[in-house]
Amino acid sequence: MTARTLYEKVWQSHVVRDYDDGTSLLYIDRHLVQEVSSPQAFAGLIEQNRALARPSAHISVADHAVPTRDRHLPLAEGLAARQVERLIENCTRFGIDYITMTDDRHGIVHVIGPELGFTLPGATLVCGDSHTSTHGAFGAIAFGIGASECECVFATQTLRQRKQKTMRVTLNGALQPGVAVKDIILALIAKIGTHGGVGYAIEYAGTAIATLSMEARMTLCNMSIEAGSRVGMVAPDETTFSYLKGRPLAPAGEAWEAALAHWQTLPSEPDAVFDKEVDLDVAALSPHVSWGTNPGETSPVSERVPDPADQSDPVRRTKMERSLAYMDLKPGMPLEEIDVDHVFIGSCTNGRLEDMRIAASVVKGRKVAPTVTAIAVPGSASVRKQAESEGLDRIFIDAGFEWRASGCSMCVAMNDDRLKPGERCASTSNRNFEGRQGQGGRTHLMSPAMAAAAAIAGHLIDVRKLEPTT
Amino acid sequence: MQKFTKITSPAAALREADVDTDVIFPARFLLLLDKAGLGKHLFHERRHRRDGTRTDFVLNTPPFDQAEILVAGANFGSGSSREQAVWALTDFGIRCVIAPSFGEIFYSNCFKNGALPLVIQGDAHERVMLAAESGKPITVDLETQTVELPDGEVIGLDIDPYRRRTLMLGLDEIGSILADDADEIAAFEARLRASQPWLFLDDGRLERLFADTRAR
Repeated sequence: MTARTLYEKVWQSHVVRDYDDGTSLLYIDRHLVQEVSSPQAFAGLIEQNRALARPSAHISVADHAVPTRDRHLPLAEGLAARQVERLIENCTRFGIDYITMTDDRHGIVHVIGPELGFTLPGATLVCGDSHTSTHGAFGAIAFGIGASECECVFATQTLRQRKQKTMRVTLNGALQPGVAVKDIILALIAKIGTHGGVGYAIEYAGTAIATLSMEARMTLCNMSIEAGSRVGMVAPDETTFSYLKGRPLAPAGEAWEAALAHWQTLPSEPDAVFDKEVDLDVAALSPHVSWGTNPGETSPVSERVPDPADQSDPVRRTKMERSLAYMDLKPGMPLEEIDVDHVFIGSCTNGRLEDMRIAASVVKGRKVAPTVTAIAVPGSASVRKQAESEGLDRIFIDAGFEWRASGCSMCVAMNDDRLKPGERCASTSNRNFEGRQGQGGRTHLMSPAMAAAAAIAGHLIDVRKLEPTT
Repeated sequence: MQKFTKITSPAAALREADVDTDVIFPARFLLLLDKAGLGKHLFHERRHRRDGTRTDFVLNTPPFDQAEILVAGANFGSGSSREQAVWALTDFGIRCVIAPSFGEIFYSNCFKNGALPLVIQGDAHERVMLAAESGKPITVDLETQTVELPDGEVIGLDIDPYRRRTLMLGLDEIGSILADDADEIAAFEARLRASQPWLFLDDGRLERLFADTRAR
């Protein structure tokens, strides 16, 4: 038998049947259900009078549209309230466990899935959200799907898919102080492009991986979709197992031992062949920020806004000109001279406890610049509670941040957390598309430490240059 | 699902790479609950000024306001999984998008909604773009797997056989799986339950975690 990759092992263990046209029917173990991509899927089931294949495969939570303030109050009348109400009705009707926004288990789907132990190595997991790639950090095949595919999973517990090609991204070396896993993924996207991963399942490997926490691995896998890949994976190891052990939905006792024995067989075999190989020297990286309107338009913060005139490819040049016009930036301007109006720390990319700790360590004893509005939004109620037990909320609040309740918030701007036209934000989220954080808003992507530093300085700055606190 | 066989239409030219799903369908309209009627929000920021007046964006300009084909740059539909991007296109009347490459989830979503995302690269893509800009009709034929340009040039296509059949028959994929594969799925599930029982949460784990909410 040929040596297999992690992806191939999990894939093969979930193929119900292969069709003669090269597609396969893939069994789906787990489905996270949220308010934005599910109403039309449920409506399809109701219209066709179809039942759920397996109700215990799903858990549900509203994360995109919920407010991050005044959570004890009922939602204000309007579209968001209707959408959340519809999710509750559908979950009640179909027998899916639903987590309310005041529940201790609430949070962004991609934060609570792992927290609850819903996400497991070797599983197939889907959600009607592109950042489902996050869960690949555990060695699961996890990918975002559209509403029609959500409906298919509800009704059949399967999806008809074509196996992806495989790409290994080898990350060697250790991160320098002040440089984060977010800088790795931003640098990778800048290197291979926002389309570089299309058609591939990425596996992140190399000496850097062993040193990364589960939180950091999730940040890495989360933004695989920004490199074009639906799937980003890390082989499960001791870090994975110790994260999962004792989580409420993780197996326990003898079942844990059996699962562990299986999970230990999952890593890619040493002589497994990948369809594509990419290497990145992690030790050489410095903090990155995006300057354009896709995550590939990113540079080290020490550099200047690039000049479209230097681009030989006319399509890229036009795109860059459009990006700079939207971002209101001039070629040649140092990135560190870009002033920001807002800072957002949160999202499924960087809204975990480790992210909050790092950001808090930067703002501790400092003050947010008077020109900046800064919010810290924990990715889940559990992150919020843990952060508060460590006093992080006080550090943020004393520095001038607002400390909010869990949700997607200003990453997608579907609630009240959004930029006004022309406003500029240093953000730990994943997308800097036009209008992503609010109509006409401008986004610079960066790590939690870098966003925290921008809040203090009032402009983009290398976090390693902040004046020491007195 | 609406069948797709052949369309002939002027094609709207969007000479731009990396048109993402936030541009195609801004997130604030994702709060709407239905598939129908989303065409009015398609490319909302490109088609409307903040004061509500209409721009000269290609889809606002006859004959392209009636276009059934859109020709765009590489990486069209990158970004989020929102199927609203496809629903907005089809509601507007666009059934085919031609680009050198696509965002993967958008690409997959098209086939679930009777829309054809066509990959055409290199010089051929440029000729299709120029034909679109001329305003003369282009023909996309799924039966013969060809695109015919106004000057008579015929570009051959290589379309995934399963997806081609799905579109041509207007196939209900879920219905087909339930009709053809239900027994195999049940048998597979029994085997998986035996080999990896921890993947199934109906062994009391889910019940224990949600005992409080289930009691209410």
